Amino acid sequence: MTNHWIDIRNSDVILIMGSNPASNHPIAFKWITAAMEKGAKVICVDPRFTQSAAKAHIYAPLRSGTDIAFLGGMIRYIIENKLYFEEYVRNYTNATFLVNPEFKLPGDNNGVFSGLTDGKYDKATWSYQTEGDGRIKKDPTMQDPNCVFQLMKKHYSRYTPEVVNKITGTPVDKLIEIYKIYGSTGTPDRAGNELYAMGWTQHTVGTQNIRTMCIIQLLLGNMGIPGGGVAAMRGESNVQGSTDHGLLFHIWPGYLNTPKASLATLAAYNEKETPTTKEPNSLNWQKNKPKYVASFLRAMYGTNASLDEAYNLLPKIDDGANYSWLNLFDVMYKGKFTGFFAWGMNPACSGAHSNKVRQALTRLDWMVNVNLYDNETGSFWRGPGMDPKKIRTEVFMLPCAASIEKEGSIINSGRWNQWRYKAIDPPGVALPDGDICSEIYFKVKELYEKEGGPNMEAITKLSWNYGTKTFDGHYHFDPHSVAKEINGFFLEDKTVENPTKKGEFKEFKKGDPVPTFAWLQDDGSTSSGCWVYCGSYTDKNMSARRDGKKDPTGIGLYPEWAWAWPVNRRIIYNGASVDPSGKPWSAKKAVIKWVGDKWVGDVPDGVGDPGSGRPPFIMKPDGVASLFGPGLADGPFPEHYEPLECPVEKNFLSPQKSNPTIKRFDKPGVGSDVDVYSGIDSCDPKYPFICATYRISEHWQTGLQTRWCPWLSEMQPEMWCEMSKELAKERGISNGDKVIVSSPRGEVECVAIVTPRFKPFNINGNILHEVGIPWHFGWITTKDRQYNPGDKKAEVFTWGDAANLLVPTIGDANTTIPESKAFMVNVVKK
Amino acid sequence: MAEYIKLIDVSKCTGCRGCQLACKQWNQQKAKQTVNYGTYQNPPDLQANTWTLIRFQEVEEKDTVKWLFRKDGCMHCTNAACVKVCPSGALHYTEVGTVGLNHELCIGCKECVSACPFNIPRYDRETDKVYKCDLCLSRIRADLIPACAKACPTGAITFGEKSAMIKKAHERVKELGGDANVYGDKFVGGTHVMYVLDEKPSVYEKLPKNPSVPITVTLWKDIMKPLSLLAAGGALAGSFLHYIIHGPKLPDEEQGQEPKGGE
Repeated sequence: MTNHWIDIRNSDVILIMGSNPASNHPIAFKWITAAMEKGAKVICVDPRFTQSAAKAHIYAPLRSGTDIAFLGGMIRYIIENKLYFEEYVRNYTNATFLVNPEFKLPGDNNGVFSGLTDGKYDKATWSYQTEGDGRIKKDPTMQDPNCVFQLMKKHYSRYTPEVVNKITGTPVDKLIEIYKIYGSTGTPDRAGNELYAMGWTQHTVGTQNIRTMCIIQLLLGNMGIPGGGVAAMRGESNVQGSTDHGLLFHIWPGYLNTPKASLATLAAYNEKETPTTKEPNSLNWQKNKPKYVASFLRAMYGTNASLDEAYNLLPKIDDGANYSWLNLFDVMYKGKFTGFFAWGMNPACSGAHSNKVRQALTRLDWMVNVNLYDNETGSFWRGPGMDPKKIRTEVFMLPCAASIEKEGSIINSGRWNQWRYKAIDPPGVALPDGDICSEIYFKVKELYEKEGGPNMEAITKLSWNYGTKTFDGHYHFDPHSVAKEINGFFLEDKTVENPTKKGEFKEFKKGDPVPTFAWLQDDGSTSSGCWVYCGSYTDKNMSARRDGKKDPTGIGLYPEWAWAWPVNRRIIYNGASVDPSGKPWSAKKAVIKWVGDKWVGDVPDGVGDPGSGRPPFIMKPDGVASLFGPGLADGPFPEHYEPLECPVEKNFLSPQKSNPTIKRFDKPGVGSDVDVYSGIDSCDPKYPFICATYRISEHWQTGLQTRWCPWLSEMQPEMWCEMSKELAKERGISNGDKVIVSSPRGEVECVAIVTPRFKPFNINGNILHEVGIPWHFGWITTKDRQYNPGDKKAEVFTWGDAANLLVPTIGDANTTIPESKAFMVNVVKK
Repeated sequence: MAEYIKLIDVSKCTGCRGCQLACKQWNQQKAKQTVNYGTYQNPPDLQANTWTLIRFQEVEEKDTVKWLFRKDGCMHCTNAACVKVCPSGALHYTEVGTVGLNHELCIGCKECVSACPFNIPRYDRETDKVYKCDLCLSRIRADLIPACAKACPTGAITFGEKSAMIKKAHERVKELGGDANVYGDKFVGGTHVMYVLDEKPSVYEKLPKNPSVPITVTLWKDIMKPLSLLAAGGALAGSFLHYIIHGPKLPDEEQGQEPKGGE
């Protein structure tokens, strides 16, 4: 989230699209309700009438996978009706930048941007015109036909309400009603917020769905202000933390890019990764990147290796390679992995095309399952359709402690780092993950030291000062030592000039915590595990703060409660909440104010002294937010493309049906024999219905923790499929009947919930049906499976297997997150 | 002690069912095996082990649909039919105005089951006793709010002193406008669980429009019971009362497991 949970109460208009917080983020509704009590309007756009829709003032249906068309229409409406916040757009976005005249929009180029060859864009034309000195050419009047604003206007002029209606199935009057209300937040004293979750990300155009909303928020001046922003509601209590700390293959902690193999030295990496700018007023904060990289390398290897050595020791990505989920399991399916750690994960249920995943597990030599319970992954070899005699994979189960059975921190969607204490001891031989990880580390290190091996120093030179070995030989992991390392400390005595006050110096002793990331050094004298967390554990553990309930601004920042990254800032981009002279755009919506000789309120973001002319989006090299975003793989402006599997014959906007830059696994030499799709070129009557997976309140993720809880399984015992009355009638299905939902990848038995909350879509005169299924179920907690002596049985059984058995192996062009929110199925009565 | 009221503002209820679970957890009620019978609502109805549940109800209108979530459970009447008919004194008024249930005194006569205008008490064959919400009396006495109110994330369930809660309910109704109304202050002497409803009471399933103490109960209790008490002790009077109102005791029906109700 750019803002935070409490801040939702400051919104005047809340758009719930791509999420269902009433079911899946129930506490979010505390703040949505608070906003409603103050008069906020809530809009819910969803293929199905959800619990959130039930609470919204306005509900509009939309066919799964058509969000860009819906939002592109909103951009058009905002521009046509001049609802945008012109001064904000002119000063704080790249609307005025002049783009290369060779650049072509999809409307003039058969549905794709200029530069496409073989499913990949050459971005040469996605560039700006420059002055002689390298500065970007601009037109402050935003009239030049090549300026970003005019290009954007032209691009979205194709998204008329009539075309949008043809694509989305949303009635035109609903479109206009919603555009009008959301567009009303383009004034300085009104704020609109958007709440999204997996309903937006899990598409082949997932990243662009969110980009479209960012454009809207920038046009309306909703970024950086209370009640504004774009709210990524995370689906797991610490998923924000895990991405911050480099869970994903392509980033190191702190969103530093994982080096490519071609960047052979640290100098080459820094040269490539550190942005530069010719814009005279831009701060270009990322110019400091080498300091964060050096500090991270120190956190990994301490002084056991020089910075250059440390860089060389860390793994690199082969140029062009992608090690994300779908690709990893594809490689595993092809038998190219020996071993696998399933750590706190249940891929046999959570992985798209779970049948492929389950088969992939049979091709391993060994698997370690670290989890609270046995699950569909650990017991895959005795799951449906498996013959244990034919499976060679040796499975080890390491029971681990649950979140309440260990101390540590979690980072919520609003970037709050919150310390949690251990409530009870883990049962039996279960250990905290940190202990397990440490035990493995020391054993592997010992083996390397004894037997040697390739790149062995990558392991043997690691600094691992995270706890102590007790007399029993067991390593006790201390979360505080990791938290301190994440913050960072000085590795030597050093006198450093105050980064914000020239001429003022401060002395640090070896071991002193680094106060904030501005003090980090590029010479190896500081260590920091994740630069954006610098300041989280200084003289005290800032994330453990629970005593300060002060709210000096009155907008719910609560700066003394826990700690938010970066630098305890609660609303990021808040430098854009003031005008270029430094005055808040609205007194009512002030986040920061210049009082005397300093900013008060939230920790200011990016803003210089009033009138300094510094553009506030300092993490962008040119200092402004990107309406035109050339960084993405599939285009600098979001364009509507149909889901890979879809029920329409053509894209009503262009001849290009689906995202041209996605990686199809059914192409020769790419995926495998089981990577099959339905109706790509033409609709497949065997699978006529759109399907989306989703969550419910009572179960969580694959249900691993909740399916064992009798009270929760009592409330939601069985896998279901929600469908319209019309579809049920067509298929002779009654409410409560058992049905089979199938895709070319597999089938799942469900209970039919026949409901008026799902309505057929009228797509350009054709009636199309959509169904929905929750993804929390799995065979391990069912009654009819085979039980061996000693197997735990659920007190209340569930029924049904994983929804992901149906989902195709196809991912977003940028993130490769699977398209679980729009694929094709059939439904028949069992 | 002052009188207390639990106010359920259905306009703020999102159907997350935190209350339903919190109730089971605080009261340590074992879950039972259920099936999905085509709705989110589960268990299908109140049960001896389910003292509160969210009723999910779909209302179809011309082009739109409404999805109503109503938390059902004991209303804690001021003139409670169950207390009136209870021959053993198990059901009683508490010091905060709610209706308590002392299981040690309950004889399983099920008079309350028939008498309750809201169809709340549930009989359990195994223990031969009746069960219902006691508004978390143990928590109230410990200066804690009921478990359901504690768990509610949106403020749909709140708990407080009677007059303040009634005032709050009427203010909320004014704010909501339309068909919104306060339910609970105009009958059976006022209930200690009240609703702010967004729709007319008649729209909600299983919610009586004009609940009242059954006339047979009033007749019996206020006119004939004083006489009967002269003749027999509590238990005997109970059986007699049952016979008078309903005839002989029939085999127990399994309650709340029929696959109907809900949406």
